[in-house]
Parts: sequence; structure tokens; C-alpha cells
Amino acid sequence: MDFNDLKRLLIEKFGEEIIVSEQQEGLQPSLTIQSERIAEVCLELRDNEKTYFDFLSCLSGVDYGIEQQKIGVVYHLASIPYKKQLTLKVEREFDRNSPTLPSFPTVSNVWRTADWHEREAYDLLGIDFEGHPDLRRILLPDDWEGYPLRKDYKTATEYKGIKIDY
Amino acid sequence: MTTALQKYYDKINNLKSEEMILNMGPQHPSTHGVLRLELITDGEIIVEVIPHLGYLHRCFEKHCESLTYPQIIPYTDRMDYMASMNNNHAFVMGVERMLGIDKDIPRRVEYIRVLVCELNRIASHLIAIGTYGIDIGAFTPFMWCFRDREHIMNMLEWASGARMLYNYLWVGGLFYDLPVGFEERCKEFIDYFKPKMVELNELLTHNKIFIDRTANVGILPLDVAISYGVSGPMLRASGLKYDLRRVDEYSVYPEIEFDIPVGKGEMGSIGDCWDRYKVRVDEVEQSVKIIEQCLERLTKELKRDKEFDPRAKLPRKCTPKAQDFYVRAENPKGELGFYFMADGKREIPFRVKSRGPSFNNLSVLPEISKGCMIADLIAILGSIDIVLGEVDR
Repeated sequence: MDFNDLKRLLIEKFGEEIIVSEQQEGLQPSLTIQSERIAEVCLELRDNEKTYFDFLSCLSGVDYGIEQQKIGVVYHLASIPYKKQLTLKVEREFDRNSPTLPSFPTVSNVWRTADWHEREAYDLLGIDFEGHPDLRRILLPDDWEGYPLRKDYKTATEYKGIKIDY
Repeated sequence: MTTALQKYYDKINNLKSEEMILNMGPQHPSTHGVLRLELITDGEIIVEVIPHLGYLHRCFEKHCESLTYPQIIPYTDRMDYMASMNNNHAFVMGVERMLGIDKDIPRRVEYIRVLVCELNRIASHLIAIGTYGIDIGAFTPFMWCFRDREHIMNMLEWASGARMLYNYLWVGGLFYDLPVGFEERCKEFIDYFKPKMVELNELLTHNKIFIDRTANVGILPLDVAISYGVSGPMLRASGLKYDLRRVDEYSVYPEIEFDIPVGKGEMGSIGDCWDRYKVRVDEVEQSVKIIEQCLERLTKELKRDKEFDPRAKLPRKCTPKAQDFYVRAENPKGELGFYFMADGKREIPFRVKSRGPSFNNLSVLPEISKGCMIADLIAILGSIDIVLGEVDR
């Protein structure tokens, strides 16, 4: 099943509006999915016997730059039986200075590995995953301030009174 | 304080009266680095494991956003520092494919890459096997493995100049060609090493005490493994023949003959600690086979040549077109992935995300160690074979 068949399958199942846009340039084409419905789409792609994307290779949070008030998550799925790969994306507008974090539905109930990946995205980019069972920081200390991989992050100069030298 | 954090504090502050918290690490020798496991125990039985990571976080992804692609290669060395060559290989492959020069790499360069990667894979597995022995009380295999590993370290130092952190594979080529006499020295090593593996098997693999400690312990069913994103020897030990060297057929692996060992449950059930150990032992043998084939070709049809320049195809400017690219490769520990976002204007990547195999393999630990004994947790953790440099990045 190639990329266009996949697209057709998703449109048949979820309707035309499910695919927001698609990126065909580059070596790996990708689909941008309606962000509120990403978990349903992932579940369908995992369980449909024509796709069986049973392995989540990677989940990465992305901040699209200071000029764009846009943040997103990229999912790299792999199908072990069919030896295929697929890239899905979700993105949304957000306000950098607002204390409420941009939120996406969690996929940790689709693939358990997403649990730690989503915690990492929360930790480093400040993305909230709705429905995540245990959304704590994972790499940084619990009381760290700010989200280092955001493009507007100012490097911390001290932590708990300890000066950080560079 | 977030609600999740509050939930966590509530959990550890409101234990049942028979439960107790026990901290294992961050300085526990069997955690192979700085990993803290918070155990909620009921006597000797583990009720829950809560891993705390990040003690070795060195901001790999943040650093990548201010370095050019060739400058990032030394940083990848420091992720899985037991198998730096393999990290280099995955990263370099990804950048080459984005630049579109992956088909122009000279075949001698590709074979040298596979050769050093497989040498490094043996070194990494020897550490896994040796330290696994020491984790559960067998001291001799540790010394034997380190003795043999040191030969590999010496050889790779001879080629690259550094003992563990090589920066030897470059985008488009190599740092230098192999030193004169490397192939012969490597052949000697293989001849020396083969009987040593037989000795090791006699000493550890079929040892009664070792089997009693590892068989039927920490069984990882295949569906759980896949759901948790477990890869590499751990996934294969659960009985699935899945190796990216065969699935993706990258580099010159399609031309090389080797088998993919899987766990068969010889001593207990499929996917137990013994199986995970055995898959690594078998993989060492397969790597030896690959090295022999590489040496065969490197001394015959791809012989050393005075005119040969491993830096000939190095790109002047490493500026990939604007695109996203995810590259994956089979590391000794599992699937190492790099996700690149290039904006097409700068030599610096917009974003790099690395998917460390140890990070995902470790995430299954709380699941498979529920209800086991504390002493078995050491056996399970050792069989996962993590490197904290890669878990924390």
C-alpha cells in the first residue's frame, strides 16, 4: 500500500477534512492530520489489516520558529509486517507568552512507547498531551523553568542558586 | 505544581503500611551509569518501578541547533559511547541521503564503514555480556570480555586516533583510509577471537547458576515489546526476526551474508533474560562472519590503492535542500533514529531529534519488572543493556 492508497483510506474512513495538507517534496512524504483527531487516526492505522503500523519509531515535538506562532508534533510510524514507514504531523497555533500550553491528544494509549516520548516533548517543548497518564518532566528536574527546545528560550543562568557557567 | 506531579507525590507519600520505598541508584553499579530507579516494594517483591532519568542530559538536540552537520558527528559519538561508530554511521547516512550523495560513496569506503561498525558492535556486545555476568555475580567473564574488547579498542584507536569516541566516519567519506596493515591485524584478531567465544560459552552461557538466575525471568512478550517500541536484540529475543540491516538494506549489507538470531526460549520461555543474553552472543558470531566477508573484499577486489582518497567525495558545503528526513539504522542496542529538519538556507539543521534505542528499551522496564524480586530486577535491567549516554542524550 503506497502513500496515495493510505491517503484514500484515511479519507474514506474519516472524511475529506481529516488531511489538512500533505508534503510531497523531499524523500519522505508526510501527511498533516487534523490535530484533534490524531489519536483516532493512529488507532485506525495501527489496527487496520491493510496498514498495521504497529511500531512507533519516533515522536518529536517541533517549534516552527519565532516568526511563526506554530508548534507541532511529528510521528514516525513503522509497520513491521509490511516493512513500510509513514510520517504524520499535527500542528496548531499557539501563544508563546501564554501560561496555558498548546495541547494535542495523546497517542500513549495507541502505542505505549509514546508515553516517554510525549513526556520528553512536554519537558523540552512545553506541549501538553491531553489524556496522558503521567505527564511529568523526564530529562530535566521537576522544578526546571521554561522549555529549552523552544526557539525563544533564554538559557538559564542559575539553578537553585547555583550559577551555570558556559 | 502540575497535576501529574501532584499525583506522583501523592503516590509516594501515601503508601500502604506494608510497602516501602527503596532507591536504586543513581550510583548503583548495575545501573550502568547514572539511573535512579525508585522501587515501591512489598518485602522482597517489587510493586512498582519508577525510573528517574536525566542525570546525564547534555542537551544534544539543543546543541545541534547551533552546529553544522559535520560538527555534530562528534556529539553523536557521545550518545551511545559503547558503539560510537554505529552512531556516526546512522547520522552520516542520513545527511548523505538528504544531500543526495549516498549513491556516490566509493565502495571501499562503504566496506570500511561496515567493517568498523561491526567491530564496534562486537565491542558493545562484549560489554553487555561481561557486565551482565558481573551484575549477577560471575566475575571472570567480565575480565575475559574486557580483555578481548581492548583488542578492538586498540585497533579502532589505530584507525581513528581515539579509543572510544572516534569521529571517524564523515559525511561523504572517512577521516582517513585504514592504516597500512589493519586488514592483517584484523584477520589475526578474528582468528584469536573465535576460540575465545567458545570458551565464553562454556563458562557462562551454559552455566547452571547463570541459567537459574536468568531463565524465565523478566519475560517480555512480543506484543508488549512492539507496543513499547523495543528494538534490536531485545525485540529479536522476543522471537521476531526483525533487523534493520535486512529490512532497510542500507549500505552494503545486502551484499553480505549473515543470519538474524532470534530468541527460541531454549532454557525457559521466549523473551526471558537468558534469551536476550543469548541473542547478543549469537550476534557476535554473526558480526565475526560479516567482518570476515568485509576483509575478504577489502584485501581482494577493493584493495588498498595509493590513489584512493576517502575524502574525495566530501561535500564542500553541507546544505541539504529544505526537507524533513528520518533515518534509522541498526545499532547494537536497537533502532537508532535521527529526525532532521533542514530549512535549505543554512548549514545548520533547524531541528534534530534523536531516537535512542536505550531510551525506548528502558521504558519497558516498569512493565516487565512488576511483581518480581528485587534481585531479579538487576538481572532484568542488565539484560536490557542500556547506555545512559543515549537514554539521557
